[in-house]
Amino acid sequence: MAQAPVLPRGFELPLEPRLPRIGSVDAVALEERAASLAKRSIKKEAKVFALELAVRMMDLTTLEGQDTPGKVAALASKAIRPDPIEPGVPSVAAICVYPNLVPAAVARVEGSSVKVASVATSFPSGQSPIELKLEEVAWVVDQGADEVDMVIDRGAFLSGRYAKVYDEIVRVKEASGNAHLKVILEVSELGTYDNVRRASLLAMAAGADFIKTSTGKLPGAATLPVTLCMLEAIRDVYEENGRMVGMKPAGGIRQAKQAVQYLVQLHETLGPDWLTPDLYRLGASSLLNDVLMQLRKEKTGVYQSPDYFTVD
Amino acid sequence: MTELDRKKEQTPVPKEWAYAPAPESRDVVSIEDRYGHFVGGQWLEPSETYTTISPATEETLAEVGQATPEEVEGAVAAAREAFENGWSGIAPAERAKYLFRIARILQERSREFAVLESLNGGKPIKESRDVDLPLAAAHFFYYAGWADKLEYAFPNRRPRPIGVAGQIIPWNFPLLMLSWKIAPALAAGNTVVLKPAETTPLSALLFADVLRQAELPPGVVNIVTGDGRAGAALVKSEGVDKIAFTGSTEVGKAIQRELAGTGKRLTLELGGKAANIIFDDAALDQAVEGIVNGIYFNQGHVCCAGSRLLVQESIYEPVVEKLKRRLTTLRVGDPLDKNTDVGAINSKQQLDKIRELVEAGEDEGAEIYQPPCRLPEKGYWFVPTVFTNVAQSYRIAQEEIFGPVLSVLTFRTPEEAVEKANNTPYGLSAGVWTEKGSRILWMAERLRAGVVWANTFNRFDPTSPFGGYKESGFGREGGRHGLEPYIDFDGSEPNGG
Repeated sequence: MAQAPVLPRGFELPLEPRLPRIGSVDAVALEERAASLAKRSIKKEAKVFALELAVRMMDLTTLEGQDTPGKVAALASKAIRPDPIEPGVPSVAAICVYPNLVPAAVARVEGSSVKVASVATSFPSGQSPIELKLEEVAWVVDQGADEVDMVIDRGAFLSGRYAKVYDEIVRVKEASGNAHLKVILEVSELGTYDNVRRASLLAMAAGADFIKTSTGKLPGAATLPVTLCMLEAIRDVYEENGRMVGMKPAGGIRQAKQAVQYLVQLHETLGPDWLTPDLYRLGASSLLNDVLMQLRKEKTGVYQSPDYFTVD
Repeated sequence: MTELDRKKEQTPVPKEWAYAPAPESRDVVSIEDRYGHFVGGQWLEPSETYTTISPATEETLAEVGQATPEEVEGAVAAAREAFENGWSGIAPAERAKYLFRIARILQERSREFAVLESLNGGKPIKESRDVDLPLAAAHFFYYAGWADKLEYAFPNRRPRPIGVAGQIIPWNFPLLMLSWKIAPALAAGNTVVLKPAETTPLSALLFADVLRQAELPPGVVNIVTGDGRAGAALVKSEGVDKIAFTGSTEVGKAIQRELAGTGKRLTLELGGKAANIIFDDAALDQAVEGIVNGIYFNQGHVCCAGSRLLVQESIYEPVVEKLKRRLTTLRVGDPLDKNTDVGAINSKQQLDKIRELVEAGEDEGAEIYQPPCRLPEKGYWFVPTVFTNVAQSYRIAQEEIFGPVLSVLTFRTPEEAVEKANNTPYGLSAGVWTEKGSRILWMAERLRAGVVWANTFNRFDPTSPFGGYKESGFGREGGRHGLEPYIDFDGSEPNGG
């Protein structure tokens, strides 16, 4: 697919006075740049800054068939106060759950700054009729979800039916009301960075508040290069019309060191204005404790056993 | 609780994220107070000396020898002796053995060399660590492989060594240029007298210790230090069979004049004013990275630097906008800090030259952009600079600045891009950025440059020949081509490379 996609109705990016430019991505150079940013050496107070920011930006996630209200309640408590020994450690941004668990999550985070994000639209495959997807979205919002994480229809995208992908996002956005909409591209199914870039622009044009790499249900989820590719698309939208769209890499981010690398990349690509949970989230299930361990190490100078960090 | 209340409750996020200093330790390398000349496997006490400094702090690092013509002659005699009595006659596989050893030792001691290279030359540690050292070792590995296969490299031509090679290298990639010169010379069975640049002698002097570790026979490689006078003495020496020079076009021309009619062979790798050509279908963000890498890599002290940016007019604005934004994230400062992107200018003299040309650019009417940047108080520094509104006739579009200064020009058609790119006395390298494969080939056919990079820039590999057209010099280094200048084909090849 060497041609740029035909622009769907309402797709106005980039704007006048130039012709719309979808552009392309050079894979070798993109990966090189991502690798070079990953080599930044972040130490001492700069590291503490990054680790605390990573906590604030985290979407603490559980998306399992075995999830129960009890499990979600425990996760929510961890989200509000990640480290009981260190009250200075901030709350995470949100907890991310399946629709059924939204009521339990909402009840537990009540009164805190932690938001509830729900996956929807037949997560993770998206292979359902649009009506059912919209119903699901309306239901989770009605149950109190602050954020909706939808998946795009990869089948439609890969067969070139971009307008279908676009229309679906527009309608889900409508159904989300005031809830923030994160659009999951599931990058590992898109195959090329060019596709990732197109899908990113498509999602932003259709009204995404955030674009998100992955469901976390497939191998090869978030990577530094694919995230950089999406950040560059976000930057192009910002440069064209001033709109600030958020970014959420998700899946495969397990170590504090990786989180710092993602934040360096964000910092040097979109600048300090994006260093806020309003515009960047890290989707992760097992990252938090490693970050807490590193934070404690920066404070005390020694590593503590994993037994000193709660498992929820 | 409303959405707004919840938001309020969140502690505000501080916005400034200043990276803490992350200096590489200097302790990994020990620098002697004083160095002599390395001749015949011995350190000879120099008759004259000068001090070599760190351009980032202006601190004195060591005292090194200023070779006199007699001392240079001594080194040439040692090289001749080693050539006649052994090196040219030993089994080629034995020569390979030494080269493999040198390559491995360079890898083992790479941190030490990287720190020294950054200290003495001012380049960022991440470049000396990730570029200079791996490539230097790779060159020795590569040519080690050729040493016993010369018959296959040049079938039916009876390759034999030339004799003593006098090699004069520049200050921008001291150890890497040493490798480019020494590895093919030794692989082909020659012996060497090397003169490193005046401002950056230390890595070559430490390299002498690698030769000792590798147990290279004495006299096969000799190192004399000093300024241009030492280089001139080497060029004039009767005992030298071949001169290889990398440096300025001006000095290169003088050497060529000096050698005319002497029968000595010569290769020259001189200046450049490369065009980096961006077409409107290029992957823009990656092209911008390529522009930055093309001109700010090693502070622009790169003979093949992409110092002229040719942008297709239809994308001029977004490219310049993206470029300026990217410049604000370049970290200029302590070369030993692992997060430094742009280090110190190599010398006071070079800084003065850059300043002079930048002033000329402003006087001629080009528009200057420099990102906000706090430079260290001591040392030699220059802010990464972009000139827009540049005409082909301006000095900054014609002369090699050899600093972190980019001149931006525009073009409308591929023909115009080729015409402008070729319209310079130089011809060392060029870059083409487009998603169209056929256009890459079309451009590469027409660009008169020794290297044409497509969708990348400043990428080097020992297997790939490197060298220039026109005033950028002649002869190739790297690859099988890089062996040729060091080989005598039955005396049948004409002199002069």
